Amino acid sequence: MSTYILHHDEASCISCLACEVHCKTNKDLGPGPDPCKIVTIGPLDVGGQPRMRIVFMPCFHCEDPWCVRACPTGAMQRREKDGIVFVQFSLCIGCKSCIAACPWGTPQWDPDTRKVVKCDYCKDRLDAGLQPACVTKCVTGCLSFGVANELPDPRRERYARQIVAEDWLGSGQEKP
Amino acid sequence: MRMDTMASNVGGVGAGDCYRNSGRRTVYSMCGMCAVRCPIEVTVEDGRVVWLQGNPHDKAIGASLCAKGSAGLAFEFDDQRPQTPLICMGTRGGGKWRRASWDEALDYIADKLHETIDAFGGRGIALSDRGGPFNDLTRTFVQALGSPNYFNHDAGCGGNVHNAARSIYGFGHEGLIPDLGHAKHLVLYGRNLVESLMVKEAKAFMAAMANGMRCTYIDPRASLTACKATRYWQVRPNSDYALNLAIIHEVLKQEAYDKDFVARFVSGMDYLREAVKDTTPEWQESHTGLPAGQIRAFVKEIAADVPRVVFHPGWMSARHKQSFYVSRTALILNALMGNIEIPGGFVLGKPPEHYGRKGLNHLTDRVPKVEEVWRVDGAGTARPQWDPEIGMLHQAFAAMETGQPYGIGAYFAYRHDPLTGLPDPEATKRALEKLKLLVSIDVRYSEMGWFADVILPEATYLERANILCQMNGPVPVFAMRDQAIAPRFDSRPAWWIFREILRRMGIKEALDFETIEELWNYQLDGTGVTVSEMREAGIVGLAAAPKLIPRNELRFPTPSGKIEIESEILKQAGLQSLPAYVPKEAPAGDNFTLLFAKTATLAHGQSLNNPLLNERAPEQVLWIHPDRATPLGIGDGDEVEITGGGAYSGRLKARVTPWIHPEAVFMLHGYGATVPLATRALGRGVADQRLQHGKLYDFDPAGGGCAMTETIVRIKPAAATVKNTVGGGNQ
Repeated sequence: MSTYILHHDEASCISCLACEVHCKTNKDLGPGPDPCKIVTIGPLDVGGQPRMRIVFMPCFHCEDPWCVRACPTGAMQRREKDGIVFVQFSLCIGCKSCIAACPWGTPQWDPDTRKVVKCDYCKDRLDAGLQPACVTKCVTGCLSFGVANELPDPRRERYARQIVAEDWLGSGQEKP
Repeated sequence: MRMDTMASNVGGVGAGDCYRNSGRRTVYSMCGMCAVRCPIEVTVEDGRVVWLQGNPHDKAIGASLCAKGSAGLAFEFDDQRPQTPLICMGTRGGGKWRRASWDEALDYIADKLHETIDAFGGRGIALSDRGGPFNDLTRTFVQALGSPNYFNHDAGCGGNVHNAARSIYGFGHEGLIPDLGHAKHLVLYGRNLVESLMVKEAKAFMAAMANGMRCTYIDPRASLTACKATRYWQVRPNSDYALNLAIIHEVLKQEAYDKDFVARFVSGMDYLREAVKDTTPEWQESHTGLPAGQIRAFVKEIAADVPRVVFHPGWMSARHKQSFYVSRTALILNALMGNIEIPGGFVLGKPPEHYGRKGLNHLTDRVPKVEEVWRVDGAGTARPQWDPEIGMLHQAFAAMETGQPYGIGAYFAYRHDPLTGLPDPEATKRALEKLKLLVSIDVRYSEMGWFADVILPEATYLERANILCQMNGPVPVFAMRDQAIAPRFDSRPAWWIFREILRRMGIKEALDFETIEELWNYQLDGTGVTVSEMREAGIVGLAAAPKLIPRNELRFPTPSGKIEIESEILKQAGLQSLPAYVPKEAPAGDNFTLLFAKTATLAHGQSLNNPLLNERAPEQVLWIHPDRATPLGIGDGDEVEITGGGAYSGRLKARVTPWIHPEAVFMLHGYGATVPLATRALGRGVADQRLQHGKLYDFDPAGGGCAMTETIVRIKPAAATVKNTVGGGNQ
């Protein structure tokens, strides 16, 4: 897998789909391809309360990507320095082998260029010292990106904060 | 996807070389993809916008932006918008247009305005917009023409809550800013804040929830906000006033309120006790469907959190004929919590003067006040309970149709589409037919534009500068929408358009500015803030930190100086401050109460033609409860036909789910557009406002807002042999 981790903190996500559009505008895409996708299921009954299940589907940037193996021209590549899987557009012939090969259907067909486009963690932005588009502009901050293990897990942090809040609410005292 | 077709605007306003220069620039501005107007940072490369994000100078938003905000790029590069002034040939709505030069279109408008003034006087001219921080310009335009008839969009939105706040606190609800960061419990009456999205609010809400704030969400339908709340109450449609009367009853009974605050700042407690003496938790059961025990448990829970309990009074409150009192009781509950002007409650919006600063100079001060002429809707006079600053637009339509209390002959819809935003567009069109002049000023083809005599294309929010705006808040700010790029088409900024019309009417002094900088300098004169400071950050705060008003200095601009449970204004209007709840009959058989909402990717009717938002827009489906769907032979995914009592009907798929109250059905708003030139939105889905048959003049008399969710629709399985009748194009 790549050096990086792209966290989706479902509890903080509101399924506003902003990430999908942030991604597309950074890649200058028209209608059709969705390099990242929010899948929302619900409301479901969870202990009598309505709850949405929200799954964020960018590319997983596999260690041994089937899309790279399937590509006949070498357009689909894995970047050596950090493991980002990306398309070299000048080499893509639009054969769609990568789309068929990927177990999650991650590579997308772009009808405007008649080539494939996919999540490359916005490597143009990473190389400029920025974060991926979806993370930068996320409405609630439920997406976070960084080098794996260097990034705090929002679930741990939230759990701790809520425990503290519950304790103080229960004690009837002001929060510190 | 991007196109480089540059239409001619060579000599136009804002077409100067500075907007076409090569190189990279950052412009701080304000989004224009919905009426929230978030602060944005625009990156321009070689005269093209390449990146949009939140303006990090505003810490509350950071770089965040919603889907609509990002899709501003697709909007900018879309050719499906008015590119030159257009004049309607033949009948209104007939769809025959000719391109016109600005001179020709503006002369045409001036001629018709003269005709209108000859027939009706200046008061016969009306204008509506979507309210917000820029209406100093539109007010000035109307006032300069000698008319009091400026309207915002609140007849179909926040009119009820605005006027309710005015009757209690003496100012509109926008003067009460919830401090979610320190609140312990937030109560929402259908305020669907993660879908009817205001980025800063949604951010603050989710952060507060992550920090342990509790949220009770009340709605007959489980929206996405319900899915984030700690408690969801699926109440009967339009029963929330009964719920609030019972909550107040129980709050008083459990003494779960701030007695010190109430004693010092609230008048009318005896009146309140009398109004709720019989509205027990048991009493409300048959009205709302909630077990009494849940009300008691809720009040017990919040009692521990007083005063940091926030009852959100709502924004969109044009729902039913007691919606005014829903907002009013929510606002009373806040007073009982004693949560005014404390952390974790409502912080009062402050003018610059609170911090010893001077506010922006008003453009309206440049023209004579129109005081001798009453507003056509009676707001502030015959109807003292309605704020004359916002008006009630349906009454302008009533006057167009009847000529009473006086006639309206010319109407400007500025970036406003009442044919989508208000109920029963067929009824509105009957009123509009009587006009001598109907002008739509817009950046897109709206339903109103298509019915207008003249469409004036405004430059987009990326192609124009606006007047500066002042937003009063815990810290008041000046904010700027600055021009980032040259207009792609022959469009103009609003300040120029209104100036040119006024000049043709012989009124020069009102907007006598050659450039936007000249206008900005007038606004900023004496404030200590300069145009270049504004451009550096897009937003300038007028204080370093919020300063709360000490308790002993707290006063309210009501007749009594207190928070008025029994309102003087309402008394003058012959209205009760807290009337009895009017029980709602349960629709039976194939009858349902029609509910509607938006989703985070759509802003009413204005987003569906955007290439990126159109593909994001969910398929419009009809939520219906299984207990009601089954007897009608409707299964999940089946196509159904929906009618609202008028000629219009639509078809859409049923979503059979227990997360909608059995008495209601629900669909998304903003669909069913009819403008042929906006091809992506055309014919997609069903227009809920066209199902709200007969509802244009059916409003809450106290607050003025339309009673949209009192609409009863009929549902039946669609006949399989008939396909694609009116409005069913999205299946």
